[in-house]
Amino acid sequence: MAIIEVAGLVKRYGAHLAVNEVGFAVEPGEIFGILGPNGAGKTTTVECVEGLRRPDAGTVRVCGIDPQRDHGELRQVLGVQLQETELPDRLRVGEALALYSSFYRAPVDWRELVDTLHLTDRLGTPFRRLSGGQKQRLSIALALIGDPKVVVLDELTTGLDPQARRDVWDLIERIRARGVTVLLVTHFMAEAERLCDRLALIDAGRVVAVDSPAGLVARVDGRQRLRFRPSAPFDDALLTALPEVTSVEHAGGHLVVTGTGELVVAVTTALARHHVTATDLRVEQTTLDDAFIALTGRPIEY
Amino acid sequence: MSALFRLTVTETRLFLREPIVLFFAVAFAPALLVVLGLVPSMREPSADLGGARPIDAYLPVVVTMGVALFGLSGLTQLFAGYREKGVLRRMRTTPVRPVAMIGAQLLMALVLSGVTMVVMLVVGRLAFDVHLPRRLPAFLLGYLLVALAVFAIGLLVGALAPNGRAASAIGSLVFFPLVFLAGLWVPRATMSGVLLRISDGSPLGAGVQSLQDATAGQWPHPLHLAVLLAWTVVAGGLAARHFRWE
Repeated sequence: MAIIEVAGLVKRYGAHLAVNEVGFAVEPGEIFGILGPNGAGKTTTVECVEGLRRPDAGTVRVCGIDPQRDHGELRQVLGVQLQETELPDRLRVGEALALYSSFYRAPVDWRELVDTLHLTDRLGTPFRRLSGGQKQRLSIALALIGDPKVVVLDELTTGLDPQARRDVWDLIERIRARGVTVLLVTHFMAEAERLCDRLALIDAGRVVAVDSPAGLVARVDGRQRLRFRPSAPFDDALLTALPEVTSVEHAGGHLVVTGTGELVVAVTTALARHHVTATDLRVEQTTLDDAFIALTGRPIEY
Repeated sequence: MSALFRLTVTETRLFLREPIVLFFAVAFAPALLVVLGLVPSMREPSADLGGARPIDAYLPVVVTMGVALFGLSGLTQLFAGYREKGVLRRMRTTPVRPVAMIGAQLLMALVLSGVTMVVMLVVGRLAFDVHLPRRLPAFLLGYLLVALAVFAIGLLVGALAPNGRAASAIGSLVFFPLVFLAGLWVPRATMSGVLLRISDGSPLGAGVQSLQDATAGQWPHPLHLAVLLAWTVVAGGLAARHFRWE
């Protein structure tokens, strides 16, 4: 049975339809991603799951609990890491952990959590003196402190440097290994590809597809991408006229050609006919980015 | 450990770490008492006050002013600031209830301002020979009621203000009329009839009179106790009703 069920979820802000009939089901023990561009309705969707917003229509169940009706019980089973959360400037790490653990019926031993999150040497540090990565790790610790069955992590690696980001990813995999179901909100493809068992692609308030990352990529396989540096300038129409080519983009001195079928042969032949050679030629694999473009008709924005 | 206790301890620690807020909430009133006490005429019997020394009359006024500073500058800013920064929003995702958060703030404020009040009584007694309250339980009751009324008003301002800056501005706007009615500039003993009636209905005016009565050895007038209770119930109820996590 699904541990999170969302069906027919609708949320309006005035005339703006932020979430339009969103539905998905998350199985226990999964890392389930909600992926989409900024403003797609991801955060609004999870805020309805967290009980922070009242949906205009649709149902939400977390461990069988209706977040609007049994707020108190939901808080015991659902850990939350909010986007841009803050603690009082002068609150120390150890104090924050002791305080939040006092809120729960059966909290985990926070000293152990601190070890896992590499915060042991920061216990006496005030919140405002923590680095971005340390703040995120503390925020994750606070989300886990009540020993939740489900945790919602919203854009948790935004603003982190690559190393800190990889550390956080390792950490999420360890959280899952403890048996916690993870609902991960992100607009970051690499993160979704690396961590998620399954993903819901959301665009303009709608679920476009629900599948594993590999499954989403497989849907648009057959699409290829060539990247090369032309030896001489030429008119794009030369390539866009080819039936194999779907798009031509300029990226610095490079051309990126997307298409299907015998794309490499078609492009190089056409160029040779006009005495242009393609140097640094690379054929690129289909990625989740391509899947997103194929499914929504536009690239995800960073 | 109970969330209320842990919250109270944590909030107290955080408060003690804010030097400027702490100065105005805790140290300013005793400092003012010392300055007033050092003025020689404050220690001479005054005909206006029926032969009492101004410093004796001023001690309860300064005590309630300390409470008002705590409630209207400290608590309001703290609360609105927490909401502005998302501290309350984060707490909303935990099982802790708003009433625990409000309760912790009230307890912290009562304890810290209570200490300030004791310091002022001791300074008044040792430095300026001001009598300790003759009826101590009555004094403590009056103090508790005026503190609760003012803190409830402070929490209401914190609940209604959109952000920390607005909270401190509204807090000051409320503060000055309240301490005026307490008799900081014109002692209650010299107030005219209408002004005195208004003062009786204000939280600090009723509070000052209760503390003065207790100092003189009498129980506070029921009217003043009722006024203080009414402010507490109305402001506290509105604060709880308008409490917003974000």
